[in-house]
Amino acid sequence: MIPLSWFLILAAALFCIGLYGVLARKNAIGILMGVELMLNAVNINLLAFWRYRTPAETAGPAFVVIVFAVAAAEVAVGLALIISAYRRRNTVIADEIDLLKG
Amino acid sequence: MTLLQLFFLFVSAVILGSAVMVVSTRKMLHAAFWLILALFGVAVIFVLLQASFFAVVQVVIYIGAIAILILFAVMLTRRVMADVGPQVIRAWWLAGIAAALLCAVLVWLLSSWNGFTASLPPLPQRGDPIAELGQALVSPNAFALPFEVASVLLLAALVGAIYIAWERKGK
Amino acid sequence: MNFLLDPVNAIANWLRTLFLGWGVPPDVASFLLSLLGAGILATGAMLWVIFLIWYERKLLGRIQDRFGPNRLGPWGVFQPIADMLKIFTKEYITPQGADKFLYNLAPVLSVASVLMMWVVVPFAVTIYGVDLNVGILYIVAVGALGELAIIMAGLSSNNKYAMLGAFRVVAQLISYEVPMVISLLVPVMLARTMSMNGLVIAQDAWYLFTAPLAALIFMITQVAEVGRAPFDLVEAESEIVAGYNIEYSGLKFGMFYVAEFLHAFTVSLIFATVFLGGWRGPSAEQMPILGFLYYAVKVAIVYFIFILLRGSLPRFRIDQMMDLNWKLLTPLSIAVLAVSAVVDKLLQSIPVFWNHLALFAANVVILWISMTILNRRFRREQTRVAGLEARPARAVQEHISA
Repeated sequence: MIPLSWFLILAAALFCIGLYGVLARKNAIGILMGVELMLNAVNINLLAFWRYRTPAETAGPAFVVIVFAVAAAEVAVGLALIISAYRRRNTVIADEIDLLKG
Repeated sequence: MTLLQLFFLFVSAVILGSAVMVVSTRKMLHAAFWLILALFGVAVIFVLLQASFFAVVQVVIYIGAIAILILFAVMLTRRVMADVGPQVIRAWWLAGIAAALLCAVLVWLLSSWNGFTASLPPLPQRGDPIAELGQALVSPNAFALPFEVASVLLLAALVGAIYIAWERKGK
Repeated sequence: MNFLLDPVNAIANWLRTLFLGWGVPPDVASFLLSLLGAGILATGAMLWVIFLIWYERKLLGRIQDRFGPNRLGPWGVFQPIADMLKIFTKEYITPQGADKFLYNLAPVLSVASVLMMWVVVPFAVTIYGVDLNVGILYIVAVGALGELAIIMAGLSSNNKYAMLGAFRVVAQLISYEVPMVISLLVPVMLARTMSMNGLVIAQDAWYLFTAPLAALIFMITQVAEVGRAPFDLVEAESEIVAGYNIEYSGLKFGMFYVAEFLHAFTVSLIFATVFLGGWRGPSAEQMPILGFLYYAVKVAIVYFIFILLRGSLPRFRIDQMMDLNWKLLTPLSIAVLAVSAVVDKLLQSIPVFWNHLALFAANVVILWISMTILNRRFRREQTRVAGLEARPARAVQEHISA
């Protein structure tokens, strides 16, 4: 009843909104939230393709499990980095953390 | 327009609306809560795709852990970011054009593929999909290696996060 | 006779034929019946809380060698109703600068997350809300929503103490989720299914006997998850200034209060289902009403134990709580999971009774090993403290220069 295209368009739109968040946000935590949106779009895409093309196999769900694990690990380390940088430089704006700038 | 299709459109509107609010709202706290709403909508989409296990895992991991972590981080860095001034960079319109262009290219590329408007094939009659997923994740012919690598990644992230965030009290 | 044996399904079938007789299409009839069932379950749970509050206060009073409420009605049974009326008529004071939408959503989400847990609980072999095939994971997920409600309450109150209190609570709750999920994995592994009804059906021997350590860890972590004594640092009546619900008054506070009591009862429901065999008992499959009776007895016993724990143990400090979790419960639960998996797999083909006995013995061995380790550390700590107390000035000097 729901064609595959609807899920794919939803995933593409969510991915691009996340991409806009990553590119345009100043706050480092805001950038991280954009990355989370992109990862969710990828998950929707994977599960949609799995359900509509090869529902008998387990490659799709296995990949989604790995994506979940990677997303969790990346958020943990990213936030640890942001808080550590905040403690030193007292800012979370990505533009102002520029000690290594040439 | 069946009831299921209407429901899907409603859920997609919620997801995309909250995603837009995440990337455009001024207060970081509100952005975090809009993110939670978007993640919840994605869990509902997983249920529509008959992947109920992943819907529940999405709520547990994303909303129950990642979103709470993001809320903690927002609160810990709240003092300096008093949410004043523009929250987007000066060239935000360029980012918007790039994102819209990418979306258009993706949709156009996919629409020229003949499987784009495929309809739902029936679920194969088999035992327990979760048990099969579990078997696949630990079977050496299937996905045992990515599973182990992911666990090493999680260990590295655990150790790294603790080390980075640890305040050294002048030892 | 059928009505007496299985009243819920009998009424549901009668209503369904009534709806179909009125010309309602069948899936709308199912939907209406589900809606009715959900409404009755939620209302019943909320009304049951009234009795729970009375029971707890009476029992706590008796443990503390006093009467408990005994003025309103025989044995004080109308006391919670008087409390309810008082809470209904109090004024809502919303703090200035509070985020209105989140502030009002938090108590609703708190109660909703607990009521959502009642959906998967099997009261008898045919009386349950829905038999999700991921029932256990669903319960963990809904508990996470409850934590979100607490953080929402703390953050939207525009009050630093509420915020700090909320963060302490959530830190405690997410820390205790780790051993809770790992210890829940042991019955899931032994039963080969995550669905609640499946877990009950697979318990030919109660998991209390084949995984006693997992049951113990689960009980401790659930007491911490609910925020009851001895883990009630975060809502202790003597330290309520630092609580997340300080800015709430009237029915909004009442909802947090109800959510906490209901959560404690829901947790005993889950414990009785997963570890005490749920509705199982002699001839419970043929007569669902008997299954409900067995289940009610088991749940009452578990809830009684929770109240006993509350009345007799002193409160933990936050650092003691965190130490207990990360240094004792998490490694212990991982050890139990690994050993139970190995024992269960190795002894798969031998007769069932020896299998269960081997699992029980493995649990006892793990308990003995961990008790020995803890004992040694306790003795070392004792001698160290005794050495410090014997020579106070020298000891302090050494401590500073070390």
